[in-house]
Amino acid sequence: MDYFAQQLINGLVLGSIYGLIAIGYTMVYGIVGMINFAHGDVFMIGGFIALITFLLLVSTGLTAVPVILLIVILVSMAITALYGWTIERIAYRPLRHSFRLAPMLSAIGMSFVLTNYSQVAQGARVKPVPPVITGGYTLHESADGFVIQLSNIQIVVVITTIVLLAIFTWLVSRTRLGRDMRACEQDQTMAALLGVNVDRTISMTFVIGAALAAVAGLMYLLYYGLVDFFMGFVAGIKAFTAAVLGGIGSLPGAMLGGLAIGLIETFWSAYFSVEYKDVAAFSILIVVLIFMPTGLLGRPEVEKV
Amino acid sequence: MSPDQILEVDRLTMRFGGIVAVQDLSFAAERKKITALIGPNGAGKTTVFNCITGFYRPSGGAIRLTHDGKVIALERLNDFRIAKQAKVARTFQNIRLFPGMTALENLMVAQHNALMRASGFTFLGLIGAPGYRDAEKCAIDLATDWLKRVNLLDRADDAAGNFAYGDQRRLEIARAMCTEPALLCLDEPAAGLNARESAALSELLLSIRDELGTSILLIEHDMSVVMEISDHIVVMDHGVKIAEGSPREVRDDPKVIAAYLGTDEEEAVAVMESGS
Amino acid sequence: MRVKTPSINTAKAPSGIPALLKTAGFNALIALVLFSLMVGVRTEAGSDGQLTYWTRFGEVASLVAAVFGGSIVIELLKQWIGPTGAEKLVPPAVQSGMSFLGRYLAPALLIFTLLVPVIFYDQRYILDLAILVLTYVMLGWGLNVVVGLAGLLDLGYVAFYAVGAYSYALLATNFGWSFWICLPLAGILAAFWGVLLGFPVLRLRGDYLAIVTLAFGEIIRLVIINWQELTGGPNGVSSIPRPSFFGIPLDNSDNGLAARLGIEYSPTHRIVFLFYLILALALLTNWVTIRLRRLPIGRAWEALREDEVACRALGINTTTTKLTAFATGAMFGGFAGAFFATRQGFISPESFTFQESALVLAIVVLGGMGSQLGVALAALAMIGGFELFRSLESYRMLVFGMAMVLIMIWRPRGLIGHRAPTVYLTKAHAISSDLVKEGHG
Repeated sequence: MDYFAQQLINGLVLGSIYGLIAIGYTMVYGIVGMINFAHGDVFMIGGFIALITFLLLVSTGLTAVPVILLIVILVSMAITALYGWTIERIAYRPLRHSFRLAPMLSAIGMSFVLTNYSQVAQGARVKPVPPVITGGYTLHESADGFVIQLSNIQIVVVITTIVLLAIFTWLVSRTRLGRDMRACEQDQTMAALLGVNVDRTISMTFVIGAALAAVAGLMYLLYYGLVDFFMGFVAGIKAFTAAVLGGIGSLPGAMLGGLAIGLIETFWSAYFSVEYKDVAAFSILIVVLIFMPTGLLGRPEVEKV
Repeated sequence: MSPDQILEVDRLTMRFGGIVAVQDLSFAAERKKITALIGPNGAGKTTVFNCITGFYRPSGGAIRLTHDGKVIALERLNDFRIAKQAKVARTFQNIRLFPGMTALENLMVAQHNALMRASGFTFLGLIGAPGYRDAEKCAIDLATDWLKRVNLLDRADDAAGNFAYGDQRRLEIARAMCTEPALLCLDEPAAGLNARESAALSELLLSIRDELGTSILLIEHDMSVVMEISDHIVVMDHGVKIAEGSPREVRDDPKVIAAYLGTDEEEAVAVMESGS
Repeated sequence: MRVKTPSINTAKAPSGIPALLKTAGFNALIALVLFSLMVGVRTEAGSDGQLTYWTRFGEVASLVAAVFGGSIVIELLKQWIGPTGAEKLVPPAVQSGMSFLGRYLAPALLIFTLLVPVIFYDQRYILDLAILVLTYVMLGWGLNVVVGLAGLLDLGYVAFYAVGAYSYALLATNFGWSFWICLPLAGILAAFWGVLLGFPVLRLRGDYLAIVTLAFGEIIRLVIINWQELTGGPNGVSSIPRPSFFGIPLDNSDNGLAARLGIEYSPTHRIVFLFYLILALALLTNWVTIRLRRLPIGRAWEALREDEVACRALGINTTTTKLTAFATGAMFGGFAGAFFATRQGFISPESFTFQESALVLAIVVLGGMGSQLGVALAALAMIGGFELFRSLESYRMLVFGMAMVLIMIWRPRGLIGHRAPTVYLTKAHAISSDLVKEGHG
């Protein structure tokens, strides 16, 4: 039971990170109807920028961890968001009204570019960071000596996720930008006729998605203590799986899917085998889609004849 | 069910969530006759069509098709089996041709099942067995024949997506006919056609009925077409049948007039009269 | 590092020099922010696990300058050539010219390919490269059945390649079965897996299908990595038997082909044999695909790509139609995999990553979906081009990715986008790519 509770905590933390990345996929999909294959790499870039900012700040002699973290989060969000914006401008916008596969291939190409760009720029070796947020709480200690730990970093990850989700939900449901986004999602031509700046709205979607991915990158860096140029691929596929599992295009679905994938992975590793955790995640995706072809919270596709 | 009836819809009900689109609808379509299903927008006509052609599974009721002495329960068949086994072909309100394929190819695809058998499920065809070559020639002949009937022979090798609207409508009917159906269901075949094209359409449908003996069920808003060619008309409103009968009976039915244009009877009369 | 950044302000065409400089300056500013940390600060883990960094402002400056200069050049080119929209719409004259060219290009290419081992007999490198290109031509043609004809997006095609390769490798190393027995088995097994994958995904459409095929590809790869007793895990399978010339080994033993023919043995014999083997396999794929297109099943595939609902209304069983497309494509992938295994003599999971799937898909899309000649040309361009940049080493994938983006922007419908009808009454007209759908699945 204690072991179960511990794994539940671990799974939820991992799921929060996946969920943050998945939101980027699902938002872009909702608006432009394309799989942004480069999004996993945007997450990786976010991790790198967080790492570099962190290094620079530490070398200036700054020691206050909250201040450092605040600056790191802001800088990595800003620069990564600019990456998201630029990617859309270069690789996707010229293909906006093109055939369905062209932007997808363009996105795969962009993903290769980003992966190898960071390999060239930062080297192929894994970059470790010392634990920044240490300590934690012991929630429960059982008779046989098993302790349920809740580390501070886990608390930070979950709280950050919740806060970001709250801001983000407010953004989508209450602001002008959110309204424009929802309008573009329904019908871009009509939205444009009604005075919505479609180009800007789509750009902003990429910017927000990239900023959330940057936070996920930072969380990953803090939680696992490392980044490398290839981490975007696996995390990206998992997060995309999460988005599809939750029902692509649905924001709560993305978070739900992220948590589901995080939990599946953690429990599978804990109870069955670590080697097959990804196989388990993908298999469950396939099984869910067989019975719910549009994911957990996706709108059922009505076939108009 | 009388032997003259090809289709019998019996207490058909279709619900979407809490909305009842069609309720307890019963009517029959006679063999070698043209039956029209009319009604104002949102009356549930297309829903009935989708139930008959297997795109929706009815919430209740039965749909029976009698063909070659067999009675087939359409509500239990789904998807492609309605066209394959029950020989019901349909067209769509928003034309669904294969735009990137030529007119001839469209008509060849319609003969898929016959050609599949002839090609020994691909294996005989792959090795170029003569039996398949003959079958393909026959299929091309049938397609050519239909292209002639719908007056598109000279455009046989053009992509269907390049056709004018009226031509696309006719090609879609030809494609449905190439499946050699017992019952042809047409969803607003005259929509978007000009007067001359409508007249040609009427002629085509009458020739399908009279020369080939194919039964036709159609949804149509163009009263001139409906009144001219229908043998029997079923009028729906809000998911229920409100009248049924010959064109003359229906045209004079006050309930139909009221349903069509609410209280504004004069205009309704005008609509109905346009068909006479 | 040279970064070719297409202009960021594509919408507005600046009229004068100040506007030009403004655009370039804006792009340079963006580049400065983007590159500042990622390029300007290089991190590395020291020997003690401690992170160190050093700055590289020179590189950032030159990159920003390159973007500035590049923007000016691109803007000028754009004004010179005219609006970018014009080049996307290929005029009908050019298209018919291309189809005319296509009529003679394909036989010419075939004759040249047949002669490659004669012309380049002494150049092992070229022969190896040609074999590689042909392998991808075959994979492209195989995937083309699924993506180009049936319009089903498959992001896990490499799985079938892997199934074929491992089928041959394991059957040959464990049971000593010959290549010629294993080749059809590899195809059948791959087709079987294709059907297995096909079943769950039949109801899925569009991007759901894409992610499930991707997941399937990853599952196969992960199982290969982890099922060590069977597959050797990450170490792969080695000493896979080389193919024999229908039972006669191609080595310098006494009963080898060279000895029997009484000619001097040369290792090139085997390379030439492999070349003709993959050429024959690829041509078989091509022949079968062309035949299938003209059969009802092939027309049903294309009809499925055009409109699935209409297919059902015409009595076409879309389930079996999709499954046969998956199985056929997978079978060709399996053949190619078996060939890959026998050619390499060693296989490991590293050869079957998502990048391979993406590469093959890129070949199909760049070729122009559905066009056999286009796919062959695209494979030649992609694999050949990839080899040209071999000296760039780690920059190679970077250039490759950029090329993918630029090619898609340049020709979203691929090199040969138009479609040739499968049957005609009087004359076959090429159908413009604007009309041809690309499927919803």
